[in-house]
Amino acid sequence: MEQSWKQAKAAFAIVVAPPTLWLLFFFLVPMAVIWGYSFGENVGLTEIDLTGTFKNYARAIEPLYLGIFWKSIVTAAITTLLCLIVGFPVAMAIAFASPRTKAWLLLLIMLPFWTNLLIRTYALMAVLRTEGYINSTYHLFWNLIGLPPDGFEPLDLLNNNFAVIFGLVYVHLPFMVLPLYSALDRMDRSLMEASLDLGAGHLRTIFTIVVPLAAPGIASGVLITFIPALGAYLTPDLLGGPDSQMIANIIERQFKRANDWPFGAALSFLLMYLTFFAIAAQSWVSRRAERVGR
Amino acid sequence: MTSDNLRTGGASRRSILRQFGAAAIGMTFAGGVAGCSGPGAAQRVVNFYNWDTYIGPTTLEDFQAAIGASVKMDLFATNDELFAKLRAGNPGYDVIVPSNEFVTRMIQAQMIMPLDHAKIPNIKNLLPDFQDAAFDPGRKYSMPYTWLVLGIGYRKSKMGDVGVPDSWKWVFDSNRFDGKIALLSESADLIRLCAKYKGHSVNDIPDAMVADIEAMLIKQKPFVKVFHEDNGQDLLVSKDVDVVIEYNGDIAQKMREDADIDFVVPKEGSLLNSDTLCIPVGAPHVEDAHAFINYLLDGEVGSKITAEILYPTPNGAARDLMPDTYKNNPVIYPPADVLAKCEYGAFEGAEKASKYEEVITRVRAA
Repeated sequence: MEQSWKQAKAAFAIVVAPPTLWLLFFFLVPMAVIWGYSFGENVGLTEIDLTGTFKNYARAIEPLYLGIFWKSIVTAAITTLLCLIVGFPVAMAIAFASPRTKAWLLLLIMLPFWTNLLIRTYALMAVLRTEGYINSTYHLFWNLIGLPPDGFEPLDLLNNNFAVIFGLVYVHLPFMVLPLYSALDRMDRSLMEASLDLGAGHLRTIFTIVVPLAAPGIASGVLITFIPALGAYLTPDLLGGPDSQMIANIIERQFKRANDWPFGAALSFLLMYLTFFAIAAQSWVSRRAERVGR
Repeated sequence: MTSDNLRTGGASRRSILRQFGAAAIGMTFAGGVAGCSGPGAAQRVVNFYNWDTYIGPTTLEDFQAAIGASVKMDLFATNDELFAKLRAGNPGYDVIVPSNEFVTRMIQAQMIMPLDHAKIPNIKNLLPDFQDAAFDPGRKYSMPYTWLVLGIGYRKSKMGDVGVPDSWKWVFDSNRFDGKIALLSESADLIRLCAKYKGHSVNDIPDAMVADIEAMLIKQKPFVKVFHEDNGQDLLVSKDVDVVIEYNGDIAQKMREDADIDFVVPKEGSLLNSDTLCIPVGAPHVEDAHAFINYLLDGEVGSKITAEILYPTPNGAARDLMPDTYKNNPVIYPPADVLAKCEYGAFEGAEKASKYEEVITRVRAA
């Protein structure tokens, strides 16, 4: 018979204590410090006086910063949508592949994680830049089919909003594919067979059977794509153009260039509240899906 | 389903998958928080926090051979990064290289310690102009390492009828180089250069002019390709842009590789900077830090560094050892009449820095 943890309190405490302490000291305490800063004021160059002021939050909800928040949300939403559109067929293909192929396909999806994000972003820059791989290939074909050499204009691919979205989709696609795959893989195939047997087409089966059953997987995929995309910092910084700043870039600049930690802390916490909101929405969706499923 | 599970070992695949996913997510989020490892007691070491491409190829090894202490060098990209890293306490650096304005700032914040001039006899090598500095009266806290001036780096073959882009107009107030302009992302420096273009000093810019500058930059933004960090020279070499605001030495270094690029200090004048050697408060190896600073100010050592980094040197003994191709290089030493119009930016308080930052945030959000 399985022993309940209630009957082995000592063992439970020993197992749980290290992670709890770790979380407390390296996560909750630093977060609490930053949260405290968000109610502080700068005194001199390095001191922060915790006065309990709401001034930083008042400044953070000025139209300028709300506009940047909104732009970040839109960018993250477009990224998530594109990841879903690209990721869903990929996840389906993996789920329906033979077990041997499946292992290889999963490996391919996870392969990019073995390389640092910064290096992958620099690699993208090498592909997209004015004299990058895409443009040099384009130039090669331009010359091959005998178009006038003077007329060649390289494509403007880097340092604009397109490059930011492209980079974000590229980086976050695995975050979408993996939860989708795990939802699709668990699904009862007989329901699909029944749908097809009873005369529904493939598309109709996908939209009326597969998508609703995979809803929790879709919701968690959307969530773990949307949240990091919302806080993306490196990608807009390196691939973006003059107007591609996202909220994380503004936060970074408060902590560095502007040397205004309280304001940076307030912006960070607003971002965090948005994240909580997204998580709450996701758990609401999955709870509803569970109830519908029953 | 069942046969699938049997062949691949049941549910284990999914849990492995989950672990992989978790590990990968962990890797993505773990930023590069490389600390400074504590030095062994037996081994002498100097922890040096420097800019990239800012030291001679063998300087650190030579120092170890001469003095017996090894040098561990970390790199930073902006003064703000340096300041932010040391703000919460010195993580173990012995020698840092802040610029003039930040020297004042760090003195005010009590982040750097007074230097013992008796331990830096090579101070005699400094040119008379650099024996004292307005940003650090009496050179109590800082020894000059290089000086530098901002200007426009450009690709000669793309200038057409403009010839030499010797005005800030070409980057701030013109669509002639549409989509081929890179502006500095340092908000204060950018605003100061705009003030210079408008005929004002880089310091004490009135609020009305800051508003004008903001409007000018918003109007100019559609023609700007990118706001760059300290990598303008690379954007120029890779042909992503044709005109870029950069420091003279950074462009001079690249002119060795690419004959089609050049540099000019615009006729309106520009912003001077002086990078200095300082010892942060809490440095674990103060004695060897002084020895290292003294070593860097040696004539021969300085000339080897200068030959590599191609910045103007405040070190007279080092300059004397340099060939004429360096001393007469108009990129490294711009003409005297233009230099006469250049100024050092002064630290004008935290409020102003925060204000300038918000101006640029507005420009970029517009």
